[in-house]
Amino acid sequence: MSGKRFITVDGNEAVALVAHRTNEVIAISPITPSSTMGELADEYSAQGRENLWGVVPAVMEMQSEAGAAGTVHGALQAGSLTTTFTASQGLLLMIPNMYKIAGELTPFCMHVAARTVATHALSIFGDHSDVMACRQIGFALLASGSVQEAHDFALVAQAATLRSRLPFLHFFDGFRTSHEVRKIEAIEDDVLRALLPDALVRSFRERALTPDRPVLRGTAQNPDTFFQAREAGNLFYAAAPGIIQETMDDFARATGRHYRLFDYVGHPEAERVLVLMGSGAEVAQETAEWLADPANGGERVGVLKVHLYRPFDVARFVAALPKTVRALAVLDRTKEPGAIGDPLYLDVVAALREARDEGLSSFATEPRVIGVRYGLSSKEFDPGMVRALFAHLTAERPKNHITIGITDDVTHTSIPFDRDFDLEQPGRVEAVFFGLGADGTVGANKNSIKIIGEETANDAQGYFVYDSKKSGAITISHLRFGEGPIRSSYLVKRAGFVACHQFGFLARYGVLDVAAHGATFLLNAPHGHETVWHQLPREVQETILAKRLKLFVIDAFQVARDHGMGGRINSIMQTCFFAISGVLPRDEAIAKIKSAIEKTYGKKGTEVVRRNFAAVDATLANLHEVAVPDAVTSTLGRCPAVPESAPEFVQRVTAAMIAGHGDLLPVSAFPVDGSWPMGTSRWEKRGIAQEIPSWDAALCIQCNKCALVCPHAAIRAKAYDPQELASSPATFKSIDFKAAEWKGKKYTIQVAPEDCTGCTLCVQVCPAKSKSNPRHKAIDMIPVAPDSERRDAERANYAFFLDLPELDRAHVRLDVRGSQFLEPLFEYSGACAGCGETPYIKLVTQLFGDRALIANATGCSSIYGGNLPTTPYTTNRDGRGPAWANSLFEDNAEFGLGMRLAVDQHVAQARALLTSLSSVTPAITEVLVDALLTAEQAGEAGIAAQRQRVAELKRALAGVASPEARRLELLADYLVKKSVWIVGGDGWAYDIGFGGLDHVLSTGKDVNILVLDTEVYSNTGGQQSKATPLGASAKFAIAGKEIAKKDLGFMSMGHGNVYVARVAFGAKDSHVVKTLLEAESWPGPSIVIAYRHCIAHGYDMAQGCAQQRLAVASGAWPLFRFDPRRIRAGEPPLSLDSEKPKIPLRDYMMNEARFRMTEKLDPRRYRQLLSWAQAATDQRYSLYEQLATIRLPQTTDLPEAPLVSEPEEPAESAATAAAGRQA
Amino acid sequence: MNLETTYLGLALPHPFVSGASPLVDEIDTVRRLEDAGAAAIVMNSLFEEQITHEEMSAFFATELHGESSPEARSYFPDSSPLGRGPDNYLEHLRRVREAVAVPVIGSLNGSTPGGWLDYARLMEEAGADALELNVYALATDPWRSAAEIEDDTVEMVGAVRDALEIPLAVKLSPFYTSLAHFAERLVDAGADGLVLFNRFYQPDIDIEHLVVERSLHLSHSSELALRLRWLAILSGQVRTSYAVTGGVHEATDAVKALMTGADAVQLVSELLRKGPQRLRTMREALARWLEEHDYESVAQLRGSMNLHTCPDPAAFERANYMLILRSWKE
Repeated sequence: MSGKRFITVDGNEAVALVAHRTNEVIAISPITPSSTMGELADEYSAQGRENLWGVVPAVMEMQSEAGAAGTVHGALQAGSLTTTFTASQGLLLMIPNMYKIAGELTPFCMHVAARTVATHALSIFGDHSDVMACRQIGFALLASGSVQEAHDFALVAQAATLRSRLPFLHFFDGFRTSHEVRKIEAIEDDVLRALLPDALVRSFRERALTPDRPVLRGTAQNPDTFFQAREAGNLFYAAAPGIIQETMDDFARATGRHYRLFDYVGHPEAERVLVLMGSGAEVAQETAEWLADPANGGERVGVLKVHLYRPFDVARFVAALPKTVRALAVLDRTKEPGAIGDPLYLDVVAALREARDEGLSSFATEPRVIGVRYGLSSKEFDPGMVRALFAHLTAERPKNHITIGITDDVTHTSIPFDRDFDLEQPGRVEAVFFGLGADGTVGANKNSIKIIGEETANDAQGYFVYDSKKSGAITISHLRFGEGPIRSSYLVKRAGFVACHQFGFLARYGVLDVAAHGATFLLNAPHGHETVWHQLPREVQETILAKRLKLFVIDAFQVARDHGMGGRINSIMQTCFFAISGVLPRDEAIAKIKSAIEKTYGKKGTEVVRRNFAAVDATLANLHEVAVPDAVTSTLGRCPAVPESAPEFVQRVTAAMIAGHGDLLPVSAFPVDGSWPMGTSRWEKRGIAQEIPSWDAALCIQCNKCALVCPHAAIRAKAYDPQELASSPATFKSIDFKAAEWKGKKYTIQVAPEDCTGCTLCVQVCPAKSKSNPRHKAIDMIPVAPDSERRDAERANYAFFLDLPELDRAHVRLDVRGSQFLEPLFEYSGACAGCGETPYIKLVTQLFGDRALIANATGCSSIYGGNLPTTPYTTNRDGRGPAWANSLFEDNAEFGLGMRLAVDQHVAQARALLTSLSSVTPAITEVLVDALLTAEQAGEAGIAAQRQRVAELKRALAGVASPEARRLELLADYLVKKSVWIVGGDGWAYDIGFGGLDHVLSTGKDVNILVLDTEVYSNTGGQQSKATPLGASAKFAIAGKEIAKKDLGFMSMGHGNVYVARVAFGAKDSHVVKTLLEAESWPGPSIVIAYRHCIAHGYDMAQGCAQQRLAVASGAWPLFRFDPRRIRAGEPPLSLDSEKPKIPLRDYMMNEARFRMTEKLDPRRYRQLLSWAQAATDQRYSLYEQLATIRLPQTTDLPEAPLVSEPEEPAESAATAAAGRQA
Repeated sequence: MNLETTYLGLALPHPFVSGASPLVDEIDTVRRLEDAGAAAIVMNSLFEEQITHEEMSAFFATELHGESSPEARSYFPDSSPLGRGPDNYLEHLRRVREAVAVPVIGSLNGSTPGGWLDYARLMEEAGADALELNVYALATDPWRSAAEIEDDTVEMVGAVRDALEIPLAVKLSPFYTSLAHFAERLVDAGADGLVLFNRFYQPDIDIEHLVVERSLHLSHSSELALRLRWLAILSGQVRTSYAVTGGVHEATDAVKALMTGADAVQLVSELLRKGPQRLRTMREALARWLEEHDYESVAQLRGSMNLHTCPDPAAFERANYMLILRSWKE
């Protein structure tokens, strides 16, 4: 046995550390929560770390998991030890290749951070629905329940696959294990070597495809032989459980950690046993052992932890159970609707039956078995639930097919449990920290866990919960340490230490709900220790007094500011934690913190380290214990989650979710099919901005650019009649509208004070400067405190503003200014402050939202677009708005095409019905029918007129009693033109969804594709895509990408009849408006590729528009429109809309950390990449320049629109009208 | 003609040195400077702001969004396994050092104590033969006294001196209340030489867009007078090595600088205007002037017109013009 070395890592790292050393080829595609494994493997290889055989593994990021699986299959066939990491939909995409790999008896071990498969909704969190979709493939399924097990089984599986020839799917719970930071015992190389002798590798290699000893694989077999051949591998499956157990035994000899296929724990003569796998088994073990302890009643309970689920070894299963068992609850972390029971339950029932039939079992009485579903999508599974299940099993006939952890008041599957039950854990410290993403709390806590884990004898655990917003995101860190082993894989319930790193949280969240009696409460507050008490909300004061909490305060932001650390208070709060908790002697703790700072930030520069050190040194002098008075003095109350004016559903459901009580909502609260009401984001007033815009009406030139760039629709423009002001609030600002088109109207720019994120894009873009004080613009940022008078006033002003009537769309001129008088039907999303893509989406909803269907690829836009609790897509006063749905990451173009086909069918049927009804129904006049069928709907006036005709038609239909009339009533609205939008990021359009996108472009169908190009996988954390530019550093291109960005626009032009454009709102907003109108009016496919600045580019988002201008000015992002209609007009179809590059590419690239990182890593290489990038930019511009001069021959019968499109709207008038509107 | 001189302890064949400027940006130009006979080459300036601002903005840009979403640990690769590569400036310094045989002097510009000072040591490691520390920044804070600022600067020079083996020059501006005293303190703190004087970017106003724009104008011979005066005053009193920079455009300008006490003459604007070749013609013209005026060496000339040796020292000390009776002497 080798000497013990402890490391503190999360589950993903624990696996990657083994997988990287035991493989040669690693092909992946990033997907939450498994991405980290691939990223780490890539980092290890970039660092030159070698595997056991002295070679640096090749790590390849693929365009999709299907691509990764194909690559894996090929590498395995050619004889390389190969692995991959994935989850959820990614695993599903691999299934076809997995069948092949298993059928070919190929040693292979993949690692899966098990994650919910999207059904009625997507979920990034953990359950076994993905893994269970693989149980029939022929892979061995090996489950880990903890970080240590994940580390250990990564090796056991790798060794066992070589020994048994069965491919392995090693899985562990997404987030709960993949993201839990734990102190574990590391596996050294000598253990790896002992488990992976050369002979095993040799026999694998000998079966490799090679021209030197060729064989043929992948034949096609026929009815005569396939069946028999499929049975030919049975012996391997029969032998596998024994081999795997032997491998576990060998592992035990090498490490001292002994596992069994089925590990029984608990009372040796248990009568009630839970059977389950994954992290839940740890909780069950912890609870069962506690219950079985004579001190706690000595209950006869136990847990059977399933490690090897496939192949299922019946004999070992029954042998592992105590003979005394009378009742079994089998727990599945998945749902198989319509099945007799969920998978593990069915297997256990079958196993017991077989065992009895075969005489393998020797139970005193045949145990009763029930199936329990638990923990879907990382739903908490805790000791209270385990205890409730054991109690449930005491019944003579316990109810079967139950759920635990929820309240099912519809089909009554759930059983009750005590939410407050917690196990007494003597000698254990539990702490909870509330922070913001941007303040570094999570990073500091990971670091603290590492310090405690590695510097003390304690076991240590950290788990981190994030909300779904990308701006102002709250993080909650749950830390445990003390005597091990810690098996508590659930959130801390009663913390002895609670820290709140953001004072504002006190008014919004029940921060102290988790505090134990007598706990310590550390608060970062902008108030001194003598005055802070009176600033606390009443509920907080009450809790402090009731629970007798000790209160410490520090103004950490002041300390951070004093030392040039901006809003980064992590090192400061970490120092406070160690100082107060006394885990380590203060000096020692500070030394460790500094050493961690040095290690983490040393590479980022000496100044970074120096400032962090200075902040740490200044901390203790600013940390004070508050003398807590003995009475509540505050009149401030906690804010309600949503205002009283919110609709019933929002009050009942959304509010609970916002308040963090979503777990308490019963099944009946939810729609049965995942449909969700529109416009819920307006009810969640987050008030996260420290400063909000203030409008100077006199200075304003009324260009509306501020409203156009606002990522959150939190600053808006309106023109309205003067009499509307009669009841305006006192501070509501208004001025005469300047331009001729709405002469006589009043004009207002209004901020939504609680929805603004303070990103300042509006200020940056504002062109109106004061002549006497140019620092003052028509829009300035002004500090605003929560509950301040100014915020209250603006809240009232905004409410008044929203109630002002909208302009008649039919008469709004569709340019930059006019577009912002149209109601945004996408508002207050949780996107990052300063997001560069939401302005495009908002604009689409302003121009077309009331008649749009949106297919949204998975990614940032689907998360801020559809992640609960609140969502931004909304409706106008008529109740119309964008119908939005997210299908998958890989299929979005096809999904949108399907919408188009369906709409076209509805239109065709409506037209047919209209025609047939008109001949038999006098009420439906020929004039009306004719007008409905030939309506010109290219502009808003045409749309409005058609809507009136449809209303007239419906009135007429109401008096007609025929089935056709009823059908037409339902379809009549489709006679108004619908606009199909297909929206997604570059990861979708360039990579995983490209095949589908390309196909949809080729169909000629009228769809509009909006590619929000951040040039990197933003949502999953900055992995390179084929849109990543040459020279940029990204995950999987750490040293800087060497290949130029794929020219999706140029490729799309190749279809010939596709409208193609590249836009950048920060560089030329008028071009964006014009382009979207043209794209939508083209009755064939359109693709608009939009430049999107992003946090993954590495600079202050306030500079997003300025950087977009540089992107265009340098030629990095040329603007163009390729319009097939221009061919007929005798013009070149390509219009190059940006000038010849005026500045070198370097001047654009030097502002962004993604390029600077490449430069920092290797300046010489960067210069080379820069010169290639400059050359590629020059070449592309030159190509476009030449293309823009090419006129194509005209033929007399050239179609004006794609021949395949529906003929109901004359294309010529559409194009002409669109052109007219742009004038 | 013996043009040899010693600057910062470096033996130079003649006094003409290429000053801190973008002339060193291209290795090719650096070679041309050497070919044209530059006695030493001063690197372009690396600014404190550049170092700290770059570090901190990269830190905030890459750290601020990490660990805030369940889907992403970070938005940038962890480049630390690759290590931070050589700094651009340092690598360039290294390449310049490799490209030429003449002394290469690093140039570091800043005013407040901070992590950036580490670059002094890094420049030495990268091969710099000496370091020029440009310590001036505009003092705009009404609450900070001249004494405080000077104390900080002296402390900073001392800290850099302690970190280095190579000679250290301090480049000054003329805007000190008591420059001679301050110069003395700097030399006490470990400066091996002084460079007179720094020239600054000057803000300009874009009256169309109402923004402030920075501009740097090339120097002119008229700027020399100020430098000559202070060279004369300082070199006569504060024993250290001197270089003049700013305003030398003719060989006769160099003669004046040497006479007032310069050991080296830094050229920038003249080289930017006329190219590296100008070094050769200046050197030849200097030699010619010395010959024509019967000097044997630069050494003979140097300091001949400083405060101690010039016939009329009061001319250097007098700030305002006034009529003085020729016949009367103290």
